[in-house]
Amino acid sequence: MNHFSLHDIVLQPGQLRQRLQDPTCGGYCAFEGWVRDCNDGRTVLRLEYEAFGPLALREGERILAEAQQRFGVARAYCAHRVGALAIGELAVWVGVSAVHRGEAFDACRYIIDEVKHRVPIWKKEYYQDGDSGWVNCERCASPAAPAHAEVSASEHAAHGHRGS
Amino acid sequence: MSTTELYGLVLTGGRSRRMQRDKANLTYAGKSQLARVMELITPLVARCFVSVRPDQLEDPRRAAYDTIVDVLANLGPMGGIHAALHAYPDRGWLVLACDLPFLDSATLQHLITHRNSTRVATAYRSSFDGQPEPLCAIFEPSSRALIDQSLAQSQQCPRALLARSDVELLDLPNPRALDNVNTGEEYAAAQAALGAATPPADGGTRRRLKVRYFAVLREQAGRSTEELETHAGTPRQLYDELRHLRGLTLAPEFLRVAVNDEFGDWRSPLSDGDTVVFLPPVAGG
Repeated sequence: MNHFSLHDIVLQPGQLRQRLQDPTCGGYCAFEGWVRDCNDGRTVLRLEYEAFGPLALREGERILAEAQQRFGVARAYCAHRVGALAIGELAVWVGVSAVHRGEAFDACRYIIDEVKHRVPIWKKEYYQDGDSGWVNCERCASPAAPAHAEVSASEHAAHGHRGS
Repeated sequence: MSTTELYGLVLTGGRSRRMQRDKANLTYAGKSQLARVMELITPLVARCFVSVRPDQLEDPRRAAYDTIVDVLANLGPMGGIHAALHAYPDRGWLVLACDLPFLDSATLQHLITHRNSTRVATAYRSSFDGQPEPLCAIFEPSSRALIDQSLAQSQQCPRALLARSDVELLDLPNPRALDNVNTGEEYAAAQAALGAATPPADGGTRRRLKVRYFAVLREQAGRSTEELETHAGTPRQLYDELRHLRGLTLAPEFLRVAVNDEFGDWRSPLSDGDTVVFLPPVAGG
């Protein structure tokens, strides 16, 4: 059974939660990530998630296995949306059950943090001003330097500074 | 909380007693180790320096870069880190050894992403002994006092310093990324592993590869997938080729690569029939 899953339809937390139920567990913790109407000071109208499915599932499973190992939680699941989402929609759901609450909280936090950093899922935001952009990618362009040129000291000086 | 600006320091002062030669000038795939490390680190830091002994200042390979000269003699890596922290005391320092041929950008980016500037340093756990690796680590301004104190007590081992300090310790995403080269045999093995990634300039093997594009790269390439026949022998060479062919604007330093649905290395040789995916910075959640 998959612990990490991708969905192109609305997530149902009630159904997802059932998979966490375990008579040995006294604590359950869930995190829901919602689509917000503002990012970096710009009004967001809607967004789209795109995933590299096979690797997203693998990396997601690895994160959940790490969480179980690190925190000793009984069960851990994560469901992530792909496709078009409206403001307020549930984008990602993480649920953990454990003997006690502490490790459930910790594992839940670990999972969402790692998923955001590691799983190949991308987010495109559509803004009120008609513009759109891929989150975290807009500052990654490099000046079109010849790919095989030796980097000289002067180029170091010119290209050494990164956007924030 | 704001994080102090990050500078880079590449240590080249070592005397390579076991190698009997200057490690900075060892070459892999036709490029000196120093040039390789500088290419990796430069896009990730605000400024980057080569750490040198006073007698190495004239060396043309080192002089091509900004340098920081050891203030205290014969202290090894600790002397280089000491000099950098005294030259720019209010910067964080990404310190790298010059003998890490397998070091990749993903390893550095992971370190930077998980930097904890409230602690003395952020470092990787060694794959061999679990101890902090001081020579691919971020030293915060707060480490300066500890280094001064260590040196005052004639303790010159940066690993021991980190082992007893408040350090953010990370697991290596790629456990082999910090394997170093100390002997002629190790050098030959690393050369073979990395040199294999470079195809001959012409008349070399052509491979049939499949590329899948996602997100911003899919939009820039104007397609989700393509098959091509190419001389590119590694993902890095393939990206350089496609960057020009498809007008991709993202610098490879910001990307990761996947080969056949698993994270891969930019320098690993590609095989006929491989499927390659270049991964832009992710934004799930």
